[in-house]
Amino acid sequence: MMRGSRLGSRFYALAAMAAVGLAATVKTDAYVANILMQAATYAIAVFGLSIVLGLCGQINLAQAAFFAIGAYSVALGTVDYHLPFWPCLILGMAVAFAAGAGLGLSTLRLGGHYLAMVTISFQQILTVVLINAIGVTHGPDGVGSIGRPAGFASSQSFLALAVAIMAASGYFVWRLSHSRLGRAMRAVRDNELAASAVGIDVFGAKWLAFALCALLGGLGGGLFAGGFSYVSPDQFAFSDSIVLLTMALLGGVASPVGSAIGTGLLILIPEWLRFLKSVPGLYLAIYGAAVILIVIFMPDGIWGFVGRLLRPRPREATEPAEPLVLRPADSGADIVMEVAGLSKHFGGLKAVDGVGFTVRRGEVHALIGPNGSGKTTTLNVVTGLYRATRGAVIVDGVDVTALAPHKRCIAGLARTFQNIRLFRSMSALENVVIGAEREGNALVTGGHDALERRARSALAFVGLDARRHETIPSFSYGHQRLIEIARALAANPTVLLLDEPAAGLNSSEKKALHDLLDRIAAQGLTILIIDHDMTLIAGVAKRLTVLNFGKRIADGETADVLREPDVVTAYLGAS
Amino acid sequence: MEFFLQLLFNGIGIGAVYALVALGFVLIFRATSVVNFAQGEFSMVAAYLMVVFAVDLDLPYWLAFGIALGGMALLGAIFNLLVYYPLRNRSYLPVLISTIGASIFLSNSVLALYGPQPQVLPGWLDIPGFQLGPVYLDSQYLIIIGVTLALVAFQYWLFERTLLGKKLQATSQDKEMAALLGIPVALMIMFTFVYSAVLGGIAGILVAPVLFVSIQMGSTIALKAFAATIIGGFGDVAGAIIGGFAIGVIETFGAAYISVPFKDAFAFLVLILFLVLRPQGIFGERVAEKA
Repeated sequence: MMRGSRLGSRFYALAAMAAVGLAATVKTDAYVANILMQAATYAIAVFGLSIVLGLCGQINLAQAAFFAIGAYSVALGTVDYHLPFWPCLILGMAVAFAAGAGLGLSTLRLGGHYLAMVTISFQQILTVVLINAIGVTHGPDGVGSIGRPAGFASSQSFLALAVAIMAASGYFVWRLSHSRLGRAMRAVRDNELAASAVGIDVFGAKWLAFALCALLGGLGGGLFAGGFSYVSPDQFAFSDSIVLLTMALLGGVASPVGSAIGTGLLILIPEWLRFLKSVPGLYLAIYGAAVILIVIFMPDGIWGFVGRLLRPRPREATEPAEPLVLRPADSGADIVMEVAGLSKHFGGLKAVDGVGFTVRRGEVHALIGPNGSGKTTTLNVVTGLYRATRGAVIVDGVDVTALAPHKRCIAGLARTFQNIRLFRSMSALENVVIGAEREGNALVTGGHDALERRARSALAFVGLDARRHETIPSFSYGHQRLIEIARALAANPTVLLLDEPAAGLNSSEKKALHDLLDRIAAQGLTILIIDHDMTLIAGVAKRLTVLNFGKRIADGETADVLREPDVVTAYLGAS
Repeated sequence: MEFFLQLLFNGIGIGAVYALVALGFVLIFRATSVVNFAQGEFSMVAAYLMVVFAVDLDLPYWLAFGIALGGMALLGAIFNLLVYYPLRNRSYLPVLISTIGASIFLSNSVLALYGPQPQVLPGWLDIPGFQLGPVYLDSQYLIIIGVTLALVAFQYWLFERTLLGKKLQATSQDKEMAALLGIPVALMIMFTFVYSAVLGGIAGILVAPVLFVSIQMGSTIALKAFAATIIGGFGDVAGAIIGGFAIGVIETFGAAYISVPFKDAFAFLVLILFLVLRPQGIFGERVAEKA
C-alpha cells in the first residue's frame, strides 16, 4: 500500500513537471493558450468539488460564486487598490474559505436538499451583487487590465505557473483522500450515523470539506483573473456552477484524475462543437441532458469506469496478522459505566422512563426486554444519538451526558447497530482502519502501517482477515455483523455496546458469535449487549437489566433475574 | 397606510404563486423524498406554452389554458419516467443532481427554441382591475388569489376525502407497506409528478401576466417557493402555503421600503435566518433518524 502510493507520487511528480515544462516552453497561439489557461484554472475549482461531492457526499451548486470571489479579489485588488498579485490571491482564497465556512455553518446540519438550495441562492445573490454594486465591482462592464505577479508577466510564464499550481492542488486532493481526514469524509458520505459512532466529527468533516472546496474555487478564480486580465459578472453565473459540476461528474467525482479528465473534455468538446453556440441555450440544454445521462448510466464517471479496469489487485499478504490485543482504559474503579435516572421522551411517549443500572468492569452485562421496551432507545441515548430528556451517563468516571456521539466514542464507547451500518463503498480493511483511528486509542502508535496492522488483527480476530480487501456488499449478512464488531474492537474501547448482534444469524453463526463474545470477554473488555436470544444471553451475560414499557423491572445476576415473576410475566404474558 | 395596504395586497397576490409552486415541491418531496429542482421550470414551460397557444396561435384563452395544462401533465409524466424513475433506488444525491440537470435542460431548450427576448402574456380578464377604498385591486392578482384558494380546497378534498388521496398518503408514508396492501406505488408517484407539474404550470400561467415570461422566471420562483417551504416547515402542506404568502409579503415590502435591485435577496435572507434560528420551520417537528 505505502510502496504503491510512493510509486504513484513519483510518477505524478514526473508528469506534473513535464506538464509545467511544456506549458513554459512550447509556443502556442493565443487561442490554444486561452483554452489551456481556462482548463488549468477550472480544474482547480473542480478539484474542490471532488472533495465536497466525491469524498464527503455533499453538494455545492455555487462553485462559480467562490471562483468569482477569488477572481474579483485579484481583479479589484490589483486594479483599484494597486496591490501586488499574491496578497490579492491569498485574500480571495481566504474570503472564499470564509464564505464557504459561513454557508456550511448555517446549512450543513440540515442535509443535502437545504445545502443545494442555499448554495443556489448564494450563487444568485452574488451575481445580483456583482451586477448592481457598481461602485465596488464596476458592475456589468467588468474589470480589465488585471495585474500578474512579478516574474510571470508573460502569458506563457503565467500559464506555466497556473499548471504548476493545478498540479499541486491535484496532488493535495489525491493525498487527502487517503489521509485520516479524507477517510473521515468518506465515512461521512457512506453513513453519517456510523461515522459519528466511530468517533468522527460528522459536522466538522462536512464543514471542512465544504470550506476547502470554496477555497480551491477561490484559488482557481484568482488565477483565472490573472490569466485573462479581464473579468465580468456573466463569467461566473449559476450556469457556470453547473458546468463545473458537470465536469466533476463526467470525469468521476471520486478522484482528482477524474476531475481533470472531466474538465479537459468539457472545455475541449464545446470548442470542437462551436457551431452549437450559435443557438443560445442549445449548448447548455445538452449539458443538462448530459448530467441526467451521466448520473443514470455512469454514476462513477469516466475515471471511475476506467479506474475499475486499471486498479491493481492488492498484493497477497506477506505476513500473517498479529493476534488482537484489547487493553481497555482502566481508571481502577469497580464500576465502568453508570446510567442514572435516564429518560427519553418523544413528545408524549416515554420511550425510556427513569432507567438506571451500573455495568461492572470486565463483565458482560445484558439489557433485555420485550419489543418496544426501550432497549435500543436506551443504547441510543447512552451513545448520544438521542439527547437524554433527563438523567446521566457516566463512563469510567467521566460524565458524557452532554457530549456529542463522536466525543463519547473518544471517551471509550464503541457500538454496533441493530441494522448494520458499515461504510459500504470501502473495503473491510478500510472500515476497520477507521475504527482503529479512534482518537485516544493508545494501542496504535506510528503511521498508517500501525493502523493497518491493528485493523488486520481485529479482522483476523473475527476470522475475516483473508477477505480484507473486498468491499462490504460482497460479504454475507453474518459476516457484515462480524466486520462491524471488528471495527468496534479495533478502536480498543472501554465498553463495547452490541445492539442485537444475533438478529438474523443462523444457528451456526450464533454459536460462532457466542464463542467470539467469550473470547472478547476473556481479554477483560466490558460488554453491554442487547439481544432477544435468551440462550445466548443466559450463556454470556453475568448480569441482566430488564426493561418493560420504558421502565426497569429487574436487575441483578442473570440466574436470579430470570426467575423473577415480573420478568417471566413480561416475557410470557400474565397467566 | 394606503401604500401599506396596497403593498399587502400585491404581496399576497405574488405570495399565492409561491404557495402553489411550494405545494408542488412538498407533494413530490412527500411522495419520493426528493426535492425537485425543476419545479420552477414547470411554471416557466407552462407560461411559454400559453404564449405559443394564446398569443402566437391566437386560440381562445380557455382553450390555450387547457392545452397548456395537458402539456404540463404530459411533461410531468415524462419527467417521472426519465428523470426520477431510473434513479428511484439510489440515494437522494443522484436524484437531486438529475433534477438539476432537468432544470438546466428545460430552461435552455426553451431558450434555444424561443430566444432570449422576454414575452408578454395578457391577463385572463379585459378589465385591468378596480379601486376598493384606498386599494387598487388588480384583476390578475384577484384571479391568482382566488385560484390558489380554490386549488388548496381541492387538494384538501382530494387528499382527505377520496380513496385516491388516501392511497397517495399511504405511498408517501411507507412505500413498501403501501405496495404490500396492493396500492400501485409507481402509478401513485407518477400521479404525484403529473399533479405537481400541472400545479406548477397553473402558477406559471397565473403569474405570467404580472411578470414577463422569461427563461429565468422558473428559477426565481423556485428559489422563493423553496424558501417558503422552509419557513413553513419542510414537507408540511399548510406550512408551504403560509410560507408562500409570507415570502410574497416580505419581498414586496422589502422592495418598497429598502431596495428594489436587491429585491430577490430578501427571500434568501429570510431563508438563512430560518435555517439558523428555526430550521424546523413554523410547523415542523425535529425528527431523528432511527439507528
